[in-house]
Amino acid sequence: MSNDDSTPAAADIWTELRRLTAARIGLERSGASLATAPLLAFQLAHAQARDAVHAELDAPRLASDVALHGLPVLTIESAAADKKTYLMRPDLGRALTAAGEAALASHAGAYDVVFVVSDGLSARAVEVHAAPVITEAMALLRTDALHIAPIVIVRHGRVAIGDAVAALLGAQSAVMLIGERPGLSAPDSMGAYLTFQPNAKTSDADRNCISNIRPAGIGYADAAFKLAHLLKAMRKRGVSGIRLKDDSERLRIGGGPL
Amino acid sequence: MYAATVGARRYVFADLKTLLAKATPPRSGDALAGLIADSGEERVAAQFALADLPLKTFLSEAVVPYESDEVTRLIFDSHDQAAFAAVSHLTVGGLRDFLLSDHATAPVLTALAPGLTPEMAAAVAKISRLQDLMVMAAKCSVVTRFRDTIGQPGRLSVRLQPNHPTDDARGIAASILDGLLLGAGDAVIGINPATDSPERTHALLSMLDNIRAKLDIPTQTCVLAHVTTTLDLIGQGSPVDLTFQSIAGTQAANKSFGIDLALLTEAHEATLSLKRGTIGDNVMYFETGQGSALSANSHHGVDQQTLEARAYAVARKFRPLLVNSVVGFIGPEYLYDGKQITRAGLEDHFCGKLLGLPMGVDVCYTNHAEADQDDADALLTLLTAAGVTFVMGVPGADDVMLGYQSTSFHDALAMRDLMGRKPAPEFESWLTRQGVMDDTKRIRPRALPPHFKALLPAGQA
Repeated sequence: MSNDDSTPAAADIWTELRRLTAARIGLERSGASLATAPLLAFQLAHAQARDAVHAELDAPRLASDVALHGLPVLTIESAAADKKTYLMRPDLGRALTAAGEAALASHAGAYDVVFVVSDGLSARAVEVHAAPVITEAMALLRTDALHIAPIVIVRHGRVAIGDAVAALLGAQSAVMLIGERPGLSAPDSMGAYLTFQPNAKTSDADRNCISNIRPAGIGYADAAFKLAHLLKAMRKRGVSGIRLKDDSERLRIGGGPL
Repeated sequence: MYAATVGARRYVFADLKTLLAKATPPRSGDALAGLIADSGEERVAAQFALADLPLKTFLSEAVVPYESDEVTRLIFDSHDQAAFAAVSHLTVGGLRDFLLSDHATAPVLTALAPGLTPEMAAAVAKISRLQDLMVMAAKCSVVTRFRDTIGQPGRLSVRLQPNHPTDDARGIAASILDGLLLGAGDAVIGINPATDSPERTHALLSMLDNIRAKLDIPTQTCVLAHVTTTLDLIGQGSPVDLTFQSIAGTQAANKSFGIDLALLTEAHEATLSLKRGTIGDNVMYFETGQGSALSANSHHGVDQQTLEARAYAVARKFRPLLVNSVVGFIGPEYLYDGKQITRAGLEDHFCGKLLGLPMGVDVCYTNHAEADQDDADALLTLLTAAGVTFVMGVPGADDVMLGYQSTSFHDALAMRDLMGRKPAPEFESWLTRQGVMDDTKRIRPRALPPHFKALLPAGQA
């Protein structure tokens, strides 16, 4: 445990205790300070998280990955022109550009649902996880014969930009898949936000969220199941967000599926 | 209307809140709110105008309307004219000069605190450098008590923060063991619960109280649930030492937190009625942070540093044991980088101390802020030099529940060693009795103290 005082049997204790928590406990000390090995382990985790925040989305590759469903794929940008602007101006990350609006307008229709994919705070999260989750969710939704809009990829988007996308396309429900803020233990976690009839007045209380989508968190199959189930419940009840969540809690207590 | 002339140019500021906002050193949250000065020159012009402003102005012009905001009413109605008399003739610049002068001793500042409003403190901060913020804060003495004595000169206390993503009792106990061995926990052992359910909160409160009693630790425990959850649990007999709540500087922002002054008053009285403190009755723990009002869309066109200081008016009404700003938690939209976080941390500590609060700081940052461990080290060191009451102790600085970086047990130990700060006196004696101090009174645990085996899972004790 430390380089200047011996702690008999301490190493054994910490090996066991680390099974109980991911917290960085029992770190080796040098004097009062961290020993070199745990210091560099922390620096590595932080560097990976920072790299994830600043990595730019490989939009063409993501477009080809999600194009497996016969749906058109539109790639647009938010009004936040670069990463720094994106981080400092959440309002711009929620707004479309004129070019983006035009691209969406040309595909306007009457759709049941639109899948929107945005880099958010971790491009890698959606590069890796978006396509498999969409694929599995599509399979679960096949029996519903839904009219699904073109898949929209938004660079530098915030969650709420999905509202504007859905409104312009004429989609009743929006599913936003977005890279979450990287933590030290998970630089590539994806979130899914589901909103029924999104519009300019939609707030976060109107959304249902599935967080921590990644193989070591909520896996693809689980995430797709929850997503498809929430989407069906939203469409059936005509609401999303807190009101839907309350109902699903009651369902769960009653022994039914979420 | 307020004005200042620089060369041939006259800068005009429509009202007090505009003057305060334009005089504020730059930060992303004020830019996002559209309140920031348009140029460096305009900012300093506003600082000149602010420095010349008589303090009495703050007693006639509210930055948030008195009629519609109960925090403003609290500030005006509780203002102590007698205490203010000592500085009532001064301007903001004059107050800064007085606070830095040798006349401003700890007893003088303690007597002055009820005469100062949050906006006066915020105004002084805006025309002060970091060094001034440190020197002025270091003169303030705020001591609070529950089971130990927090805030004495030469002491640095630590909140032991053993969070776990699923509130697993054994995982939490493992983090508590680590923290106690490294001398953390004299401010409070406080868990942020992963969910706010009453059952979970009760289970965690009982677990913490058991640990504290078994190891006979002279400290207090807290589960940082919503005040309504804690209030209900007090009614049901849960072992509540401290009631926690996040607070903000406007009525509307507090409403977004689900609280108002009446609710906090009820919670304060309920917690006092338990009489669990052995040497004092400071029973509240508050957290704050610049940007929370803007985040809740309830900032009334007032800059985030002034609103943060107004939250301290809410805090001081309830004589808290602990208050801390969670300075880097909110993200780069409000405090962009290490420089902005550093300044905000020292502003918050200064304003809190000047207003009479036992002010700690959660020195922290998120992974999308332009900050790293070097920035955290710098702010922690400046705060320790400025006499910060307490800081956080998180295993390895990595909070695996909240997903941000705070300060570690090792960080606090390094500061205690570097600047000769000791834990709270009762806790220091306890650490000595447990045998985790070496011959030179440094915290250097060797073998696991016998009592601590109570924290090991069954089978390992």
